[in-house]
Order: sequence, then structure tokens, then C-alpha cells
Amino acid sequence: MTTLPVTPEQVWTALAAVPDPEIPVVSVTDMGMVRDVTVDGGRVSVTFTPTFSGCPALHVIRDSIGEAVRALGVQDVEVRSTLTPPWTTDWIQPDARERLRQYGIAPPAPAGDSALITLDIEPTRCPRCDSFNVRMTGSFGPTLCKRLYVCDACREPFEGFKSV
Amino acid sequence: MTATEQQAAGTLSGPLRAALIEKLTALADDEIILAHRDGEWTGHAPILEEDIALANIAQDELGHAGLYLELRRALDGSDADQLAFFRDAADYRSARFVELPKGDWAFTMVRQFLFDTYEALWLDAARTSTYAPLAEVAEKAFREEKFHLQHTALWVERLALGTGESRRRTQAALDELWPYAAQLFQPVPGEAELVAARIVPDLDKLRGSWESFVLPHLTGKCGLTLPDAPADAGAGRDTHTEHLAPLLAEMQSVARAVPNAEVW
Repeated sequence: MTTLPVTPEQVWTALAAVPDPEIPVVSVTDMGMVRDVTVDGGRVSVTFTPTFSGCPALHVIRDSIGEAVRALGVQDVEVRSTLTPPWTTDWIQPDARERLRQYGIAPPAPAGDSALITLDIEPTRCPRCDSFNVRMTGSFGPTLCKRLYVCDACREPFEGFKSV
Repeated sequence: MTATEQQAAGTLSGPLRAALIEKLTALADDEIILAHRDGEWTGHAPILEEDIALANIAQDELGHAGLYLELRRALDGSDADQLAFFRDAADYRSARFVELPKGDWAFTMVRQFLFDTYEALWLDAARTSTYAPLAEVAEKAFREEKFHLQHTALWVERLALGTGESRRRTQAALDELWPYAAQLFQPVPGEAELVAARIVPDLDKLRGSWESFVLPHLTGKCGLTLPDAPADAGAGRDTHTEHLAPLLAEMQSVARAVPNAEVW
């Protein structure tokens, strides 16, 4: 059986439809997790980077990437992971930030590249009313990448992305 | 295993390789055992948010253990699950500091604060390791560790400056934990050679930075008193408390009951 070769663009488009298992309004490419796609004849290799090292969704993400590429008719798919450069929330695409906000999750503030251990907490804006008058009620949330807040302006509780 | 890991693993001499395996095992074991102790609070923490927070912290620490054991796999082909779930207490290389029972909330927070500071500073220094795969792991884990430190530093402050009872418990936790914390800075066999090759940070220097971070917080900001108890630097990481074996019996029971399980 022969299969038509795919282009890297087709692979990227297919991966753009793979949702983040814990935040389904954004895809693995929106999140900046897919770092490289190479097509060599009938062989496709995808390199991705984990968001958090203890993220329990990593296996699901790896399998979903493989399935999405195989659905293009590619038999030989390799999904590799890399830690370098380490994932940062600065890679989340602008339109994905807006979808996060509409979903009720405050998008992350710029992480910058400060190497210092700091006890300061980044400013966060309420995803519903845009107020900065918010309080963090839990520095950890229902998933490793989020924290819990409440807005003192509109009184709504919400989740916010950690800036990493 | 990444290409960098395989390539780098091939460049180490026999003694350095053996010492690095020993060091990675010690680093991973501290994380596994502390994560289990933190996990014991799941469903029992004083408030729901803290239940969630500590489960998150435990999950991060397990993630770091996974990273270290992946590095070990590149060196000796070992399997992370086999090491975590099918090794007996005598073969674990955890510090006695992390084995102690979870105690009360103050004990858990003081221990986590002392450990998080040590881990964050160790990772910060390890980012310049000459062993590239370790430098990559340190860069990744360092970013996660700062969230732990923010959280536990605030909790120690809150408890120390809270009520008379919370202060008494926080001071008692520090009194008990301080001598044990010294073991975190005790090198594993062969570590001096790893330091000379700039593969891992020098623990003597690290202890200095650790003290200059934790002392102002504990005795300055929080008004706690350091105990004059002698430091526990005696036995190495092959000597454990009586608490490790029962912890492993519980932690490993499911994996050992169904050793060939593929679907959980």
C-alpha cells in the first residue's frame, strides 16, 4: 500500500485540532506545546514539550498527537518530547488567550525571563469584568497550571493561569 | 529518552557515571517519599484549597522524580516504575528528613518550606551543569518549584505569627526538623568528583545560600527560634528511619499486587 506524502503544513493543521485534554477550548498548538514537525518521505516526526513535568495529561497528549497524524494516512509516526527550551506561558497564542478569557480562565501575565526566586505574585485581571481588584484564594488550582481567585469587583470566583 | 540524554550519557567515565546514578537516585527518592507524605493529606487537609494545593505540590515533586529517573534510565537502562514500586527500603536513598511521618499541619508546612528552598536553590545552581540533560531538567523544574516556595513560605509565616497554639506547633516542628534538614547537604558517595566536573552543585556552598534564605525568614520575619540541637549528619542515605518501610508497604501495595498490570 502506498500513501501520498503529507506536507508539514498539513500536519500542523491537523495538530491545531488536537485539544488540550484539561482545557478543551485551546489546542496543543495554541498552547505552544508543539515545537517541531519534520516530514521525511512517509515518516513524520513531531516534537512536543510538556507544560508541567508532573502533568498527568502527558500520555493523552502524546497519544492524541500520534492519532491526529495517523488520521492523515501516515503509518510511520514518531512523537518525541523535549525539555529544551522549557515551556513558558509566553508561548500561548494571542487568540488562545482570548478564548481562555471567554472560557473564564484569566490568561497568564508575561512570564519574562527573571531567574530570581521571588515571592512577588504577578498581577491578574478578572476574566469577566476586567477588574484588577482580585484576590488569590488558592495558589494552586484543579490542574497544575492554574490558581484560584475571586474578584472583589464582580464577586465571581475564577481560575487564573500561572505565569511560567 | 532524548538524543541529548543518550549522547551525554556516552561521554561519562565509569566512576562519574556510577556517582551520577547514585545522586539521581537520591534526588528522585527524596521527591517520591516527600510526595507520598504530602499525598497523605489528600482528603484530610484543614481546608479544601490546601487539600488541592498539597496534592498539586505532591504531583510536581513526583514529576521531578520522573525527570531524574529518566536521566538515570539513559545511564543504566533502569525503569522508573520498577525503581519506585519494586525496591525495598534498604535500596532507597531518601533522606531521613522526608521519611518522618506527616505530623500536624505546621510540621508539614515547615518541612515543605525547608525542602522547597533547598530544592529551588539546588535546581537554580544545577541549571549550569556541564551534563546537558541535567541542566535541561533543572531549568524545567526550577520554574515549577518557585510556586511551592511562595506557598510554603507564606504558610510558615501565617502559622508562626498566628495564634499562640499555631506558634507553639510551628516552633515544635522547627525544633524537630532542623537537625534532620542537615542531611539534605550530605554528599552521596562519589559526589566530590561530580562537583569537580561541575556536573552537580557543591552542597557546602548550597548550604550557605540556603541558610541565608531560610534564617532571615524563620528567625526574622516569623520570629521563631533556632534549636541548638546538633545536626543529623551521621549516617548516610543507606540508613533509614523506622518510618520508611511502612510507607513503602502502603505506597507499593497496588503495584506489587498486580505487577504486570497495563491498564489501571
